[in-house]
Amino acid sequence: MTLPIFSASDDPGPSFAELLRRVRPTDALPPPSGTPLEITHGTTVVAIRYADGVLLAGDRRATAGNLISHRTMEKVFPADHFSGVAIAGAAGPAMEMVKLFQLQLEHYEKVEGAHLSLEGKANQLGTMVRSHLPAAMQGLAVVPLFAGYDTRRSIGRLFQYDVTGGRYEEADHASTGSGSLHAGTVVKLGFRDGLGESEVVDLALHALWQAADADSATGGPDLIRGIFPVVATMTQRGFERIPDDDVRARFESLLGRLTSQQTGGTEPQ
Amino acid sequence: MSMPFYVAPEQIMKDRADYARKGIARGLSAAAVLYADGVLIAAENTSATLRKVSEIYDRIAFAGVGKYNEFDQLRIAGVRHADLKGYSYSREDVDARSLANAYAQMLGQIFTHEMKPMEVEILVAEVGDSPEHDQIFRVLYDGSVVDEDRFSVIGGDAETITDRLEGAFSPGLDLGGAVGAAVGALSGPDRALDADGLEVATLSRTSGRRAFRRISDDEVTALLPAT
Repeated sequence: MTLPIFSASDDPGPSFAELLRRVRPTDALPPPSGTPLEITHGTTVVAIRYADGVLLAGDRRATAGNLISHRTMEKVFPADHFSGVAIAGAAGPAMEMVKLFQLQLEHYEKVEGAHLSLEGKANQLGTMVRSHLPAAMQGLAVVPLFAGYDTRRSIGRLFQYDVTGGRYEEADHASTGSGSLHAGTVVKLGFRDGLGESEVVDLALHALWQAADADSATGGPDLIRGIFPVVATMTQRGFERIPDDDVRARFESLLGRLTSQQTGGTEPQ
Repeated sequence: MSMPFYVAPEQIMKDRADYARKGIARGLSAAAVLYADGVLIAAENTSATLRKVSEIYDRIAFAGVGKYNEFDQLRIAGVRHADLKGYSYSREDVDARSLANAYAQMLGQIFTHEMKPMEVEILVAEVGDSPEHDQIFRVLYDGSVVDEDRFSVIGGDAETITDRLEGAFSPGLDLGGAVGAAVGALSGPDRALDADGLEVATLSRTSGRRAFRRISDDEVTALLPAT
């Protein structure tokens, strides 16, 4: 591989996507044609703002038609030190989009010697979703959520996208994927300003559980195999994933509460 | 019809080498030293924004001296080379040796074919899983590559500084010891460099995926031996 050197008028700047277009145009995913294939889909993810920053959570199930194709798929990823991205939609293109997005942020940071602003990162992701539109029209839609801690404003912020690349900043919470209606309702009812970390993690897990309960394409906690939703927080400490043991303990107490509600127990909530 | 004067190839090469050396000698030096956790790179640099030492990839760092725009162009080409390679193959497949070779090819090509050679000397360092896999490559203006196994110095006063480092270096130094040795060698016996005039960074085995870390002025001051 020779060093990629460009003339001043042809320089791709700090954009990795532009660089890739210059050196290897054939590597970009070709728009699919013909009849839609049976492909793997990812499902429910939520983002909630809280006192210290913002939280992203996603279930682990991927489906192909009516079959479960993966039980351990991760849909919440760190984008860089202070932000994360969660995906719903066609798994293959979504994973590729996340990989390119992570690379894009790191590439910019190294070439320019400075971080992009949170707004800049959100716009970058919007551009990637928009350029994916031809594939989305063929049934390979990817709809991400982007959340991060804005170090310049010292707050957590979250962004929602549509398949056309439209970028919408949400004030408090957002959800996407097939179970988003149920998850979003639980979050909407349980949300209040200034939630603590423990409360917001419980709220997100409850939302995912209700989504899994009503939507066959969303996976609930798998206590037998020890597979739990991925929950991550973005605060001034950066992106941190909540350990599985902690998630397990919270699920067990959530299930206890729900069971006692069902059987008419006296334990509140 | 006018005929160009004949100039012997030896003379052309010598003139170009002299030209490049003169350009490099005007700049301040940089040194890379292997230490217990990886590689330490210290450069004499009065600017806090125009960097000589930078991150290339997860375990690879770059240092350049000479003409800023030229080594910065090489730095950016290196980042692109590494990111493209990591994207096409895998992150583990990106290594300093192949990058140093790519730099050498390019500098050699420019040295023999272009009007003007690049007035730069660069270091490419990689931290390995264990100390014996740490690597430092020095690439010169004419494309020659040197594989260093303990430390390496680039810049105008490289020979003198190398002699001083020879005395101060010992294998398995801790971070403070490595900073002391590198900065002591850069400054020499007659002056003391403080954190403002230095740019220090490490590639550390303990830093996680992205091993590169800049050491802040305050940390450098704390690490330097009290004068």
